Amino acid sequence: MATFSTSEFKSGLKVLIDGEPCSILENEVVKPGKGQAFNRVRMRNLKNGRVWERTYKSGESLEGADVMETDMQYLYTDGEFWHFMKTDGSFEQIAADESAITDAKIWLKEEDIYTIVLWNEAPISVTPQNFVELEVVDTDPGLKGDTAQGGTKPATLSSGAVVKVPLFVTIGDVLRVDTRTSEYQNRVTK
Amino acid sequence: MTTDWRPSAALETLQQRAVLLAAMREFFAKRGVLEVDTPTLMPTTATDIYIDSYRVDSAASFLQTSPEFALKRLLAAGSGSIYQLGKVFRREAPSKRHNHEFTLCEWYRIGMNLEQLMDEVEALVQTVFAAADSQRTAAIKIERLSYRALFETYFAIDPHRVSLDKLSALAEQSLDLVAANLSRTDYLQLLLSHCIEPNLPEACFIFDYPVEQAALARLENDERGQPVARRFELFLGGMEVANGYFELLDEAEQRARFDADIAERARRGFDHVPIDEALLAALAAGMPECSGVALGVDRLVMAALGIDDIAGVIAFPQPRP
Repeated sequence: MATFSTSEFKSGLKVLIDGEPCSILENEVVKPGKGQAFNRVRMRNLKNGRVWERTYKSGESLEGADVMETDMQYLYTDGEFWHFMKTDGSFEQIAADESAITDAKIWLKEEDIYTIVLWNEAPISVTPQNFVELEVVDTDPGLKGDTAQGGTKPATLSSGAVVKVPLFVTIGDVLRVDTRTSEYQNRVTK
Repeated sequence: MTTDWRPSAALETLQQRAVLLAAMREFFAKRGVLEVDTPTLMPTTATDIYIDSYRVDSAASFLQTSPEFALKRLLAAGSGSIYQLGKVFRREAPSKRHNHEFTLCEWYRIGMNLEQLMDEVEALVQTVFAAADSQRTAAIKIERLSYRALFETYFAIDPHRVSLDKLSALAEQSLDLVAANLSRTDYLQLLLSHCIEPNLPEACFIFDYPVEQAALARLENDERGQPVARRFELFLGGMEVANGYFELLDEAEQRARFDADIAERARRGFDHVPIDEALLAALAAGMPECSGVALGVDRLVMAALGIDDIAGVIAFPQPRP
């Protein structure tokens, strides 16, 4: 894999840091008029999602990471692995383990599309679409006459996620939910 | 796709910029400071380790990083107080605050000490800010903080005496840092730019720098008997805008500093830069006692107009990655 010097750092570049794949989010050159230049780099660890800032003396370099993002369709889980299929017509499948699936686990729905990050062709993270539609499988009975105003109650969705919903929502409703905030958006069907 | 030919700055901003530059020229005219125009291509250039000049091989010349040497030759020739407002070039990575070609206003005031020159810089900034916003009623006040006071406040250290080990430990604590072979000066500048600058007052001068950062400033003992470089920098919104010196007059001392820079350049494998013998001859002939300052005009315009990217105040910036 190629190496990249600080002058080539830019948003989106994938590099290896302490042996882990990271994505550069921001690279700012900091140079006093009469002083050594530094690069203040904000990056995200692609395995654990941690975002932090590291400062490099200008001229230092980093090894590139073979990282690729791809959209894949979720198929099923066997309990140990979660299986996805490429959407390019190749029907090629990959299996993501617990460490890659993490936060996405409660948003999985068969046949839905997910963004998978592959490092050296192995999946390291799975991200659901920003909005998903999921069925309510458990919630307290709805309150008659309550339409818009009023409080909220927890509802369990078919994927396992628990979200706060308006009181009128009942079991069997399909809801549109923002996966980034776990916020209820609206009811899709009644 | 068509080629992007349009200016990066809004036309309205370029009109405002022209008003601010006119205000600067009027400021100097009122104070009897003569505008001069020295070459941007010269056979020698700055020797500073961290200032990289563009070399124009066919002309055996360098694009100037500041008009300092030429202006000092004019001073030695008896020009009186002078200023130059024009383009300079520094080969550095482009950023929101730096373009490799930029506009510098550099001026020298015969008989002024550093304190008096800071007063004048403050008056110029007030003039430019007022020209940018005629509604501005309260004049901007520029605080003055010593280099030592800042490091005492933020790190409880005396920057003039602190050891390399202590600085390295402080940098490790404060930053996730990847940098080999940093000097005391590198660490001080790193802590200043990363940890102190973001917390500076909206407008301030930092003065009395460590002797290693003297460049072309004179050394004197401060009130504690500590040798310091009589130098200041102006910061607006945490951004370095101007750099001023109580000017070194001594030819032998100037030659020794050039030699030290050139030796350090050789040690690091940087480009060799010839010594400007004409400047040294001018100093030997006698330059009057003076203070001088170089002010980044693009950055001043940014601060005055509240624009946070240099591309917003110049028409055609160099491409950035």
